Amino acid sequence: MTFSPELEARFDKLLKSYPAGRQRAAMVPMLIYAQDEVGCISDELIDEVAKRVGVTPLAVNEVLSYYSMLHRKPWGKYHVQICTNISCLLCDGDKLWEQAKEKLGIGHREVTADGQISLEEVECIGACSWAPAIQVNYDFHHFVTPAQLDQLLDGLRKKQ
Amino acid sequence: MLYNEPSPLETRVLSRRFGMPNSASIDTYLATDGYKAFMKASGMKPEAIIEEVKVSNLRGRGGAGFPTGMKWSFVPRTSPKPKYIVVNADESEPGTCKDRLLMEYDPHQLIEGVLIAGLAVDAHAGWIYIRGEYRYLIDIMEKAIAEAYQKGWLGKNIQGTGFDFDLYAHSGAGAYECGEESALLESLEGKRGIPRIRPPFPAVVGAFQCPTVLNNVETFCAVPPIIRDGGKAFADLGVPKAGGTKLTCLTGHVNKPGVYELTLGFPVMKMINEVGGGIRNGKKLKAFIPGGSSCPILTAAECEGATMDYDSMAARKSMLGSGGVVIMDEDTCMVKAALRIMRFYAHESCGWCIPCREGTTWLRKILTRFHEGNGTRSDIDLIGDLSKNMLGRTFCPLGDAAALPTISIVEKFREEFEDHLNGRPCPFEHANHMVTV
Repeated sequence: MTFSPELEARFDKLLKSYPAGRQRAAMVPMLIYAQDEVGCISDELIDEVAKRVGVTPLAVNEVLSYYSMLHRKPWGKYHVQICTNISCLLCDGDKLWEQAKEKLGIGHREVTADGQISLEEVECIGACSWAPAIQVNYDFHHFVTPAQLDQLLDGLRKKQ
Repeated sequence: MLYNEPSPLETRVLSRRFGMPNSASIDTYLATDGYKAFMKASGMKPEAIIEEVKVSNLRGRGGAGFPTGMKWSFVPRTSPKPKYIVVNADESEPGTCKDRLLMEYDPHQLIEGVLIAGLAVDAHAGWIYIRGEYRYLIDIMEKAIAEAYQKGWLGKNIQGTGFDFDLYAHSGAGAYECGEESALLESLEGKRGIPRIRPPFPAVVGAFQCPTVLNNVETFCAVPPIIRDGGKAFADLGVPKAGGTKLTCLTGHVNKPGVYELTLGFPVMKMINEVGGGIRNGKKLKAFIPGGSSCPILTAAECEGATMDYDSMAARKSMLGSGGVVIMDEDTCMVKAALRIMRFYAHESCGWCIPCREGTTWLRKILTRFHEGNGTRSDIDLIGDLSKNMLGRTFCPLGDAAALPTISIVEKFREEFEDHLNGRPCPFEHANHMVTV
């Protein structure tokens, strides 16, 4: 499998970041960075990472199924993650979640037909004092109002 | 730009650089006493460093509150194995968002704290385990680490002291359980984040089977001020058995939510009313979680006279926890709060211990049907009984973390459960919102 030079450089650095013989430790960071470039964890990617860290593909499969950010199917171009955990709930994060589902016509961990937006109700994302909070890919949005969510989703529908 | 206006009631020790221009850069850090504590520590005997941390009365800021100096003293310095430092930056306790700021605004303070821990236990390598959702912080930490290497504050023979140290940022990939120390170590090693049986504790057998100091971000960040200004100065800021300050995240129904650095022993009502600007919309306080959703809940009456420290919270059968304060007003449905908290733990249970895996799942189901109006009278006691059955029966504290708030909500707000049976409307508008996770 071929990756961008930046990702290859990151892989090299990761493989040197752990004690000798412990390269398996690089597996999860490699998977998450590769997923960002490839779009999801494909069978081919599992084989590649297994080879590079020196374990079987089965061992990679076993590990990746544990982590909620690693996914086998592609998300939308913009993955909208709405927190409804306790601090966000108290600030109406659950209403934002309902609003987004209704507006996009998709549910939890689903993708719009054009592949543009996917939606996920997430557990605490560490933005509790600035609730309700949303993450789009890795970007945080704080103190989100219903009007702002509307605008945000409209923008993402058209965004390149 | 800061996320929230600072409060004049804060005591800014760890957060003193927040809001300074380019606060994350090494130049700003060096211009504001940065790395002075490391230089001082490099001239001290390791035992003296640990003694200074003991004098400071610093206790672990991740939630457990274990005395940091004592934890460090458990590392066998003379072991022939390499020793390691691991930073727990997997901040995911609901209500908690403070480590984010410590890394965003002052990453070098964290690096310096790690270096001093390295001197204390003879460690020469370390990892900062950062939750995957905090990608921008991984970038910030990697940039700071690169700067530190470039300017000779990491790597070989740091500033001519003869001390070598290598530091790496490690990305998690979404798992609350990996904030638990032994699960974090499993995850760091490239495995599923499942807790280890203890003993042995990480101080003796930690990362890669080697002796390891593992602390929360905030704990390490407290170390440079302690060494620089002396352990006593830090201890004097707090209360007798808990020194210094705590970054406290005010969340929920307050007028001024935000992260504030307050001295240990700060009065709870003063914190809510003066730092937090009181309850939103002129409502009354109903319930209070002192430090993340794992802590037993307090009623408004129990908050009177309470202070933000370990002993005051223990006296009220709760915990100081992680600093994630959750404030609920009089309109909050406590059944819904209990359900949302349980949904979280059911989602995050790693499945290793049966009481936790099954207990959280069944509690989520019972609380869901209860909140939807399909509960029975016997469910109320069943919720309490199932929770109590998880207590102390799991390898890691996640089972307790799910049980404790639930038990306290059922005990203290039983009448709200009765109300749901009697068809009284749930005070929340969207009462039926529930997702099957």
